[in-house]
Amino acid sequence: MQELVNRAKELLANGTVQRVLGWKAGDMAYNPEPSYFETEADLSDFVYDAFCGANLSKYMIEASKKEGKTLVFLKPCDSYSFNQLLKEHRVDREKAYIIGVGCKGKLDIETIRKQGVKGIEEISGASMDDACDTLKIKTIYGDKEVSYQSAMLERCHVCKGKDHVVYDEVIGESRDTVDGERFSEVQRIESMTPEEKFLFFQKELSKCIRCNACRNVCPACSCRKCVFDSNKFDSAQKANVDSFEEKMFHIIRAFHVAGRCTDCGECSRVCPQGIPLHLFNRKFIKDINEFYGDYTAGEDIDAEAPLTHFEFTDREPNEERG
Amino acid sequence: MQRIGVFVCHCGSNIAATVDVKKVVEVVSKEPGVCHAEDYPYMCSEAGQMKILEAVKEKNLSGVVVCSCSPRMHEATFRKAAERAGLNPYMVEIANIREHCSWIHKDMEEATEKAVILARAAIAKVNLNTPLKAGESRVTKRALVIGGGIAGIQTALDIADAGYEVDIVEKTPSIGGRMSQLDKTFPTLDCSACILTPKMVEAAAHEKINIYTYSEVDKVTGFVGDFTVDIRKKARSVNSDKCTGCGVCQEKCPSKKSLNEFNRGLNTRSAIYTPFAQAIPNVPVIDRDACIKFKTGKCGVCEKVCQAGAIDYNQQDEIITEKYGAIVVATGFDTIKLDNYDEYAYNQSKDVITSLELERIMNAAGPTKGHLERLSDGKAPKEMVFIQCVGSRCSDTRGKSYCSKICCMYTAKHAMLIRDKYPDVNVTVFYIDVRTPGKNFDEFYRRAVEEYGVNYVKGQVGKVAPLPNGKLLVQGSDLLDNKQILKEADMVVLATAIEPEASVRKIATMLTASIDTNNFLTEAHPKLRPVESPTAGVFLSGVCQGPKDIPETVAQAGAAAVKAIGLLAKDKLTTNPCTAKPDELLCNGCSQCANVCPYGAITYENKEVNDHGIRETRRVAQVNSALCQGCGACTVTCPSGAMDLQGFSNRQIIAEVDAICR
Repeated sequence: MQELVNRAKELLANGTVQRVLGWKAGDMAYNPEPSYFETEADLSDFVYDAFCGANLSKYMIEASKKEGKTLVFLKPCDSYSFNQLLKEHRVDREKAYIIGVGCKGKLDIETIRKQGVKGIEEISGASMDDACDTLKIKTIYGDKEVSYQSAMLERCHVCKGKDHVVYDEVIGESRDTVDGERFSEVQRIESMTPEEKFLFFQKELSKCIRCNACRNVCPACSCRKCVFDSNKFDSAQKANVDSFEEKMFHIIRAFHVAGRCTDCGECSRVCPQGIPLHLFNRKFIKDINEFYGDYTAGEDIDAEAPLTHFEFTDREPNEERG
Repeated sequence: MQRIGVFVCHCGSNIAATVDVKKVVEVVSKEPGVCHAEDYPYMCSEAGQMKILEAVKEKNLSGVVVCSCSPRMHEATFRKAAERAGLNPYMVEIANIREHCSWIHKDMEEATEKAVILARAAIAKVNLNTPLKAGESRVTKRALVIGGGIAGIQTALDIADAGYEVDIVEKTPSIGGRMSQLDKTFPTLDCSACILTPKMVEAAAHEKINIYTYSEVDKVTGFVGDFTVDIRKKARSVNSDKCTGCGVCQEKCPSKKSLNEFNRGLNTRSAIYTPFAQAIPNVPVIDRDACIKFKTGKCGVCEKVCQAGAIDYNQQDEIITEKYGAIVVATGFDTIKLDNYDEYAYNQSKDVITSLELERIMNAAGPTKGHLERLSDGKAPKEMVFIQCVGSRCSDTRGKSYCSKICCMYTAKHAMLIRDKYPDVNVTVFYIDVRTPGKNFDEFYRRAVEEYGVNYVKGQVGKVAPLPNGKLLVQGSDLLDNKQILKEADMVVLATAIEPEASVRKIATMLTASIDTNNFLTEAHPKLRPVESPTAGVFLSGVCQGPKDIPETVAQAGAAAVKAIGLLAKDKLTTNPCTAKPDELLCNGCSQCANVCPYGAITYENKEVNDHGIRETRRVAQVNSALCQGCGACTVTCPSGAMDLQGFSNRQIIAEVDAICR
């Protein structure tokens, strides 16, 4: 972590950047929050550990409007989101100084809690320099140990890889964290009967409280004004008829980000109700891959996006899926 | 809130027999915004239109809903009527209670209920309609004809004779098309080349016609009256200006093993070649896949022998960009592949041939110099069998469901010509039906049977099996005598189904012209607009629209030309005001709409906007309303809903849906 701070200080000092976009400590040991740092002195609050899972690329939309460059720290998977925003002209590459940070897998406090760890006071083994094999957790009920791998966010188990697709420099090593099949859950749902699928989504989406966290964190949901907030459309400010009505919000949102979603997993990470929202997007990704060949949004800024580009050899909608 | 008048048409009994029009009037008169409702037997009549005029004036209407036939029939009529009454024509909506309702329902109660629902949807839309103003666009006085067969040539000649410039784009090295491959033509038996080549020469010599052979359409942008087309002139490797057409290069070319496409692959040609003797232009091309110089770098014989110095190995494809007011598609046909018809042994025996191959065999310039002989051993056949409907009128997915239309006549022609020239050859034709509607067609067929002794057997052939003695065992049935037939034949000719030329799919996509499941281009109306594509400014000529013979093709070519001339004669066209319009404050500048726009109508610019007091420069979408065709692709792609279609706004569509679901 100190390496990041030192480099940030240098870049501020030599005028390369005007501000730093990183993290400062939150009110708990496990919830650092994204923060701007304008001066070297400010950087004394800078933290970086395995709980810094937030994808900072979306902040760069606003940062692109500010004077001068902003230093931003992006994990390999975050760089896909930044690239996708670049492709959509939403961020300005000239306004960003990107330090790619190595990633050993990011942690999910909910997963730790599910393992029966409560009353957390301190966590060690989660810093950038640690071996990241075991987490030693001090709780009000005594000391606990949890394996690092078991405490990772879902997205890290199906990690896209260690490559940074856009950066100015890279600090820190990444490691392989993949131990799951990316589409296995989607396949499980696909194999359900229509009734089972309906019940599954009804159960999950009825939990939604429409806090809009998923939308607000999503780098693909970056509209100046969301259709759900715009009084131009009747979808805004509508009272729900039943607890399942929020399905429309999530389905429409999934359509809006289809072909642009980089599967960064932020939607599911921030959902306070624990709804596996990423599954919608991943279903679209799987279908797009099957229809038009493998495509990863944000990987290549010059690649033609499958849903906004056509070839004469494209499959016809009425052709049966192979 | 609008002041809406609803007019319910009886259409004689077309609507009134199934829809209770009085009930519709009664129900819709209570709808929000409706302050006048009446029914009338024929709204499209002058008296019916006067009803609209009177009501607009008396009740001070601001919007009109006509419940009648499809808007494709009379939307323009009622818009003009509204305009005469002083309303903006785009304040009129049609509820289609005929095609969408009375014609497809039998039960009056149900049909009436649906008519009310359709009317409600239209009323809900009119409530949100805003006056729109049509713009004008210019007409480029030049036509493009895609395909240089008889259809394309005739269309080009007719347009050019009317005084307009025409370009023909032909993908093969010469114009002439399928007709140039035919030997004789039914029902007059005149030589195909003898009647075609004068037309080819006339087209080539016409001062208004410009021919691009060995060329393909690469890209089409724009719209009716103002298309911009990229034409790829493929590298001929021969300089057309220098070449004298002497033919020495073709004689001396050492690479002579390429299949001769013009002769349907029945013999070979040199790597540098003109497809046939009367080719226009009479300038050869080098088939780079076959040319030794291109493959190994050594050879160069043609360059050495060419007195004119016309050979140019370094020639590159050239892109020509040209503007056109009208485009005529005349891409023609090919015979289907026979891979699904193993039972006829086409791939096993050289003596099983298609009818088009027989044309080449019968032709003096063909692979056998016009002698009827077996391709396996060169022997003269004694027993010939023709099998009809191979791949046509097929009820399963192996072949085509349609009748190829020309086969009955050309088979009668072939049978007659063979019996005439080789009276010792027995000819048997297996058929499902003999279809001969056409001037002098049935007489022609009867002559084949009665004067030339062709043996017609009603029944299909189940199998053709090559025998060790070199003959072909034909197993068929005679349905009239109810017996199985086993016949040893020397040659079998398959009346192979025809299908649109494969390249038509790509061309249709570029033109956004619709095609049916068989790849035939769709007409704007099957009866009333048979030579126009639904895409404005695109016209259809020849078999690309449906199977037809030469006289029909020429007639349709002329009709397509007349339609194109009618367009080119106009100086200005009224544009559709129902175009996309971005809300600059909602626009993210993401370019997705520009990516999906098939007309290239969307660009982006950095523009200063005032978003509720925040002044900033933003990248926002701009729509060129002259290019926009109102397809709506951008509106559904835009995630923020910034793009909307005038006249079909998201709000209007939702209001219609809501009215239907109420």
